[in-house]
Amino acid sequence: MGIAIYLLTFAVLLVGLYAIVAKKNIVKIIVGVLILDYAVNMLLVLIGYRRGGGAPILSRGQAPGELARTAVDPLPQAMVLTSIVIGLGLTALMVALALRLYDKYHTFDMKEIRKLRG
Amino acid sequence: MGVELFIVALIGFMLLAALIAVEARDLLSSVICVGAAGFALSVIDLLVGAPDLAITQVVVEVVALVLLIRMVVTRSDTSVTAPRDALRTGLVLLAGGVILAAAFFAVGGVQRAGTMPPFGEPVLAHAKGDKVPPGVSQQYLGDPDELDKVSAGTRTADDPNGLGAAYETGTANAVMAILLDYRAYDTLGEATIIFVSILGAYVILRPKGRIGPEEGLLGRKGSA
Amino acid sequence: MMTQGMSLIVKNTAKLVTGFIAVFGIYIAMTGHLSPGGGFAGGVILAAAAVLVILAFGRRGAKGLITDAQCHAWDGAGALAFAVVALCGYFSGQFFVNFIPRGKVHDLASGGMIPLANLAILVKVGAGLAGAFLALAAFRRLGMGKVA
Repeated sequence: MGIAIYLLTFAVLLVGLYAIVAKKNIVKIIVGVLILDYAVNMLLVLIGYRRGGGAPILSRGQAPGELARTAVDPLPQAMVLTSIVIGLGLTALMVALALRLYDKYHTFDMKEIRKLRG
Repeated sequence: MGVELFIVALIGFMLLAALIAVEARDLLSSVICVGAAGFALSVIDLLVGAPDLAITQVVVEVVALVLLIRMVVTRSDTSVTAPRDALRTGLVLLAGGVILAAAFFAVGGVQRAGTMPPFGEPVLAHAKGDKVPPGVSQQYLGDPDELDKVSAGTRTADDPNGLGAAYETGTANAVMAILLDYRAYDTLGEATIIFVSILGAYVILRPKGRIGPEEGLLGRKGSA
Repeated sequence: MMTQGMSLIVKNTAKLVTGFIAVFGIYIAMTGHLSPGGGFAGGVILAAAAVLVILAFGRRGAKGLITDAQCHAWDGAGALAFAVVALCGYFSGQFFVNFIPRGKVHDLASGGMIPLANLAILVKVGAGLAGAFLALAAFRRLGMGKVA
């Protein structure tokens, strides 16, 4: 079951990579970057999972020793929290660039834009 | 076992949404499918025990969806007409096959060849007798034996070294303690990245630069 | 469509609901050290409230409420506050060290400088994303002479 989970995550990563490399429309390339970002975040979170564990947050009345024994790994979660918000900044920048390109060349197609060379 | 089956089903749904997003002809459909993939990811986060990530993922995905739909809907080029490039697709599929095979071996598909720890057993801490010091995450959560001693009363919490996030920082949320106390410098770097990327987006969308809205660098004579 | 905003039903609903969304975002950022959430999620929720106002009232209608200058001012103030919290660690001898005494674990005022840092990040992320969306909404089509 663990192997199936990791392999499916790598498959999503490959779908994102395929969209970035082999597509000519800028919107599809942006979609590919987003899917790649989701796949990498998911892989990082899934590595830190502990079977039967709970969230690493101390509830009221819970003993800290029990939390230290059964919590999932908090370090990948902290890294992925950073990564999610950076992905949003990246999306904002890519959308701004795509809008500028559309208003200069009136198309989303990369092949046309390469030909025009304004 | 039920949780893992559910996670597999959700990742399969995410794969399907990603494939539809990449292959759809209509740009609005592909953008909405990316939204569905992000939503499935936030449910996976909740099941794996990461509620901070689930909240942040849902909200970030909604705002990203609004940005993408704004880009797609108000432009007239809403469908994809370019033909498929056979050579590039074939190369990507070949590279994909190689990466999947390497991942299969690394994860332990063939016996005694796996390098990653199996799913469900993170490398948090080593046994007490090891020469290797405990993993970093165990330092953040705390040593369970010492914490049991504090709860039982045989050790005071005056010197909180090695007792984990709750005693060393005073917060209940270990992830926030890592982000803002143990690794606060990395959060400063992340705040800088967000600042610069939003500034860059604003500069790109400015209506009037110093040179002028319609002339490029070629139309200008003399010094800038 | 982007200048006049949406229909009357959407405008009235936005008037009712935006306050609750903003308060919810601030709540999630303030109690980040007690329950899941934190400054980043709260900041993005606050920006979502601003996006709702901009979409419902259009660019012209939201001009009195959310302006470019305000967004940039709050953005810079949030970033500056985060840097000040970092430099205040020098009071305890090291850069970025937790210098406020930690309280009891489940109090609101526990955790040293963590709630202050969460509030600084809330202001910074919320204002930054609202300003970015405002710039996106105000973007005109150059060369066509029409408003987008």
